[in-house]
Amino acid sequence: MRSVLGDRRAIAVLLGPALLLYTLVMLVPMGWSLGYTFFTGNVIEGFSFDGLGNFTKLWQDPQARSALRVTLEYGAAVTVAQVLCGYLLALLYVFVLRKSSAFVRTLVFFPVILPTVAVALMFQKLFAIAPQKGLAGIAFEALGLHHGDWFASGAGAFFVIVLMDVWRSMGFYGVLIYAGLLDIPEETLESARLDGATGWRLIRHIVLPLSWPVVLSSLVFSINGTLKVFDSVLALTNGGPGSDTTPLTLYMFRTAFSYGDYGYGSTIALLLTVVCLGVTLLIFRFSRRDPTKG
Amino acid sequence: MHLPPKSRLFASLATATTATLLLAACGGTGAASSGEAKDFSLTINDDNHIVQQELTTLSTGACKSQNQALPLKIQTLPIGDVDQKVQLLAGQDALPVQFAAGSTPQLTKTLDKGGQVQDLEKSLKDLGVWDDIQPAAAKTVENLYGKFNVMPYQFNIEGIWFNKKLFAQHGITVPQTYDQLVAAAAKLKGAGVVPFSASGKAGWPITRLVSGYLYRELGPDALQAVADGKAKLTDPAYVKAAQAVADLGKAGDFGAGVESIDYDTSVQQFLTGKAAMFYMGSWELGDFNDATKDLIGAANIGFMPFPTVAGGKGSADQIPANVGLPVAVSAKSYNTKVGDWLSCVAKNYGASSLKNQGTISGFKANGDTGTLPPLTQMVQNTIDKTTTSTLWFEALFNTKATETSQTNAASLVTGTLSAQDFMQKVQSDLANG
Repeated sequence: MRSVLGDRRAIAVLLGPALLLYTLVMLVPMGWSLGYTFFTGNVIEGFSFDGLGNFTKLWQDPQARSALRVTLEYGAAVTVAQVLCGYLLALLYVFVLRKSSAFVRTLVFFPVILPTVAVALMFQKLFAIAPQKGLAGIAFEALGLHHGDWFASGAGAFFVIVLMDVWRSMGFYGVLIYAGLLDIPEETLESARLDGATGWRLIRHIVLPLSWPVVLSSLVFSINGTLKVFDSVLALTNGGPGSDTTPLTLYMFRTAFSYGDYGYGSTIALLLTVVCLGVTLLIFRFSRRDPTKG
Repeated sequence: MHLPPKSRLFASLATATTATLLLAACGGTGAASSGEAKDFSLTINDDNHIVQQELTTLSTGACKSQNQALPLKIQTLPIGDVDQKVQLLAGQDALPVQFAAGSTPQLTKTLDKGGQVQDLEKSLKDLGVWDDIQPAAAKTVENLYGKFNVMPYQFNIEGIWFNKKLFAQHGITVPQTYDQLVAAAAKLKGAGVVPFSASGKAGWPITRLVSGYLYRELGPDALQAVADGKAKLTDPAYVKAAQAVADLGKAGDFGAGVESIDYDTSVQQFLTGKAAMFYMGSWELGDFNDATKDLIGAANIGFMPFPTVAGGKGSADQIPANVGLPVAVSAKSYNTKVGDWLSCVAKNYGASSLKNQGTISGFKANGDTGTLPPLTQMVQNTIDKTTTSTLWFEALFNTKATETSQTNAASLVTGTLSAQDFMQKVQSDLANG
């Protein structure tokens, strides 16, 4: 094996095609997109060099600021909620349901495989108040909570998007963390119990530290997915009311393909890339610390 | 690792082949050569059934020989995707022969500048069928697009349709002024009837009320002045129009959940008698004349132009007119066979559309149109009498301002956005879009 990997030509032959493919479908378009940030125009009218014009525009654009705020708020809310719900589900599978958890796991996982558009249509109907009141509205009213039209206010629409995406994805994180919890040796748990650690103390001092790597992986998965949210917002609220639930991805898409401004669209894409990179670095930096030591 | 010469050759070939295939795939198919249309392709929004049905009817009837030479091929897509699809195809020189002209005239003007849109006035004159276009439709297209470069498969007027039965039940006479309209809405609301059916999801049925008010208050050039930079939407007179519509919303005149109501639901609300008034274009005549959809009955539907505003410069006979979402023809695909099709369409579409769909187009109705339904006849008469037409609110806006206007319209009537802020947002995108 060592002789194979020591041969440069062998490495070139083995890696070359994959590297070439990756370069053509990933790196070239990324470089191309980066180049667009210095231009204005589109494929119909042609492009003209604009220097740092797009960056100045981005800095001054209130809609871009609003989209960045929506992206970060959505990313934080959904990431925390789906990983937390996933963790609680995993604890339920391992410590309460134990070997009979398969049926519940299947049920909770089911929304993960449903098409986003179908789920969004269902939530639209659940929270609609016209032409007829949806089930969620009726349920909230039964609890004495009168909200009116959920999609008429930015906060209401944001709540429904977050609820929908957490419901849709918590089953996935439940299964992911469940696999991590199964790796904790039963002997370790048993000895902790003999030492008097039960309930919250067992979870806080034994289960959480031992499952921390899988929680961290879940957080990285989740935050990178949620910062790039697109389809669920497009299908559920189309970014509305107004632009109150428009994230950077949707704003970028509209700018490039509806408004025909490829250069500014690419600049928004660059901002999103920087945000994703920054958040990922932050998580990895945080991960170096032992969570049990405060 | 030492590869034998044959294997080395194979590996090099495999790498080269992969690279060639990838480069070929990235290179696309190349630009379509001029005049190489293999079919009479049409890419159109999926909710526009009338044009699809009528062209299909013509392809098996009056235009059968043209269809044999160049078969009709229809591709549909959601209306929200039209602009993106058209722009992407135009960028690859791959526009179909006919394509929906986009949500704003601005896009067609841009495509025209890029040499992608056929000059139809010249083509139809060359083909000897220019006289088959209704002059009013030709004028409307020129007002919108700067020249005649779209096929006017529809020619519509807009106004407020009302339920005669509900008006009679509540002792309401047809409002002549805006104040009377507001009073009628209050009376209906008090009696538990939703005064206006409107789709907040689509947005434009609400912004049409803003432009209606503006045209009556400031005259038919109100929005041209904004396009020319002589006025701003944030000027007090313009904000007043948005405020008037916001006040209707504040009074609850659009019913509950206007934000969530889509276009089809708003039509259904009116045609099932759940709402008394409905601002809409005459393209809905098809549904109004369809007894399976129109449960209140065509005889119970009346039409009134947007009423006058006290002291305003506009009058009620200045009616908004448009050619719907029209269809442009690709300059790069135009050839003799396409010309034959266009010629046949110009001669036959008008009568066929009136006879089969009960809808009016921008083509003259040559030949048998059958007996027109009374509502269609009334619209035809109104078109004939109209001397000055107006455009819709976003007609002269860019794409970004159009979208901002339509996506914020529901917020204007639900009160989450003030009239001043609404106009400010749209004005800002007009300036920077």
